[in-house]
Amino acid sequence: MSYALRFRDLTLGYDRHPAIHHLSGEISQGDLLAVCGPNGAGKSTLLKGIVGALKPLSGAIERVNCAPRDIAYLPQAADIDRSFPIRVYDLVSMGLLREVGLFGRIGRDLRVRIEHAIEAVGLAGFEDRPIGTLSGGQMQRMLFARLLLQDASVILLDEPFTAIDDKTTTDLLDLIARWHAEKRTVIAVLHDFDVVRRHFPKTLLLAREKVAWEATAVALNGDNLLRARRMVEAFDTAAHECERAA
Amino acid sequence: MIQAAYDLLIGPFVEFEFMRRALIGSFALTLGAAPIGVFLLLRRMSLVGDAMAHAILPGAAIGYLVAGLSLGAMTVGGLVAGCLVAVLAGVVTRNTLLREDASLASFYIISLALGVTLVSLKGSNIDLLHVLFGSVLALDDNTLLLLASISTLTLFVVAFIYRPLVLECVDPGFLRSVSGAGAAIHLVFLCLVVINLIGGFHAMGTLLAVGMLMLPAIAARFWCSGVATMIGVSLLIGMASSVIGLVLSYHAGLATGPTIILAAGAIYIVSLLIGPHGGLIRQFAPQRHLEA
Repeated sequence: MSYALRFRDLTLGYDRHPAIHHLSGEISQGDLLAVCGPNGAGKSTLLKGIVGALKPLSGAIERVNCAPRDIAYLPQAADIDRSFPIRVYDLVSMGLLREVGLFGRIGRDLRVRIEHAIEAVGLAGFEDRPIGTLSGGQMQRMLFARLLLQDASVILLDEPFTAIDDKTTTDLLDLIARWHAEKRTVIAVLHDFDVVRRHFPKTLLLAREKVAWEATAVALNGDNLLRARRMVEAFDTAAHECERAA
Repeated sequence: MIQAAYDLLIGPFVEFEFMRRALIGSFALTLGAAPIGVFLLLRRMSLVGDAMAHAILPGAAIGYLVAGLSLGAMTVGGLVAGCLVAVLAGVVTRNTLLREDASLASFYIISLALGVTLVSLKGSNIDLLHVLFGSVLALDDNTLLLLASISTLTLFVVAFIYRPLVLECVDPGFLRSVSGAGAAIHLVFLCLVVINLIGGFHAMGTLLAVGMLMLPAIAARFWCSGVATMIGVSLLIGMASSVIGLVLSYHAGLATGPTIILAAGAIYIVSLLIGPHGGLIRQFAPQRHLEA
């Protein structure tokens, strides 16, 4: 099967200290992959590397048929200025930016798609609300609507369900299932193992290096989880240069 | 009664050409300043206008040293100095750990010190007064033309970059993830700030140039939500301040530039008190809540 992303002996980090050490592997097109691991395991770092916001310290990320900008990415804490006076409708419509460009016109067809996206996340009726009046869950729904419009073949979600209630989580998981059915590649950083076991066929368990990367049931077995927990979180300030073979 | 109102409000403009010129000049200034001020406000860059106004000084001073009190030389000098500071600050911000406020602060203060040194090289006090306080009552054809060109250019450019500009304000991370244009848009915007400050500089002087940029926009925040309406309201407030300030300074014999800014200041205070969007009175005397 063809792959969407391939990591080749990838080391990502900050100030020469690795946050992810020597990761190799492939993500197939259409994969639905959960990335799990303790705090500081390098999960968000990996996503930043994939979208190109962080350059590898060594090794490489190969993206097949997609530039970093073709990847839809929902960061853990989107740096949205919630006090900015903009309507839900307008913010969601920004998902079309890749398609229509910075100056292109948004015609009737596209407006219909925007409305569909807003309906799909259950925010119908909220179109004219300023974004500052939304609750945390509604905000997340809105960002998913924007992801829907981005129509990307690879979608990255960084802890999308943190502080989100059951109903919203279920709704958003349905969207993820829909993306999966449409053969899109979805990679999600998650902490809730129940959700992962029920909805994600494959799991990458990280603890600053790869602990396991296989079918979820195997990846999240007791042994692996224990190993992940023993991870040393702090950087060693007196660390030597890494000599592991590249 | 009607006669009194006429004498008060209309008379000065009918009688004196310099008043008409001042009115047209301030309207032109307001037209460009309204959208720029609103975006500065929404990007939490209200004080950046102030910094940039100081950054312009050495350029204008060099122009003045070379060519005396010449409109063209001082404008070009100010433009170069302002854009240089904007670009340098942008480069430092994007490539070091300094945030924009710090990098801008360091460059503008260097620029200001340089400007004051240059002005004092050839210091006759009358010219310095022009630099500091502008000359809204002595706008000649060329200055009026400059003000009109600045506002025209500003309106067209803002209309063109409106969408990415809004996006840069709301969700810069997202813009970065879908397009590389963010840095360029930011720079274009800063250059618009600079040319509007130069317009303000000729009319109001360096000290108060930023007044017409920020006060109407900040006052408008209390009257509406929505970027486009804010620009409209800000424009109306700016024009009202111009008329009130000119009339007041004419009848009371006050310095014109500062009086116009004071009028805008008064409108701001009133908006702060009674504005329906977060005004103080609304907050301390809340209305009863709704059913749903």
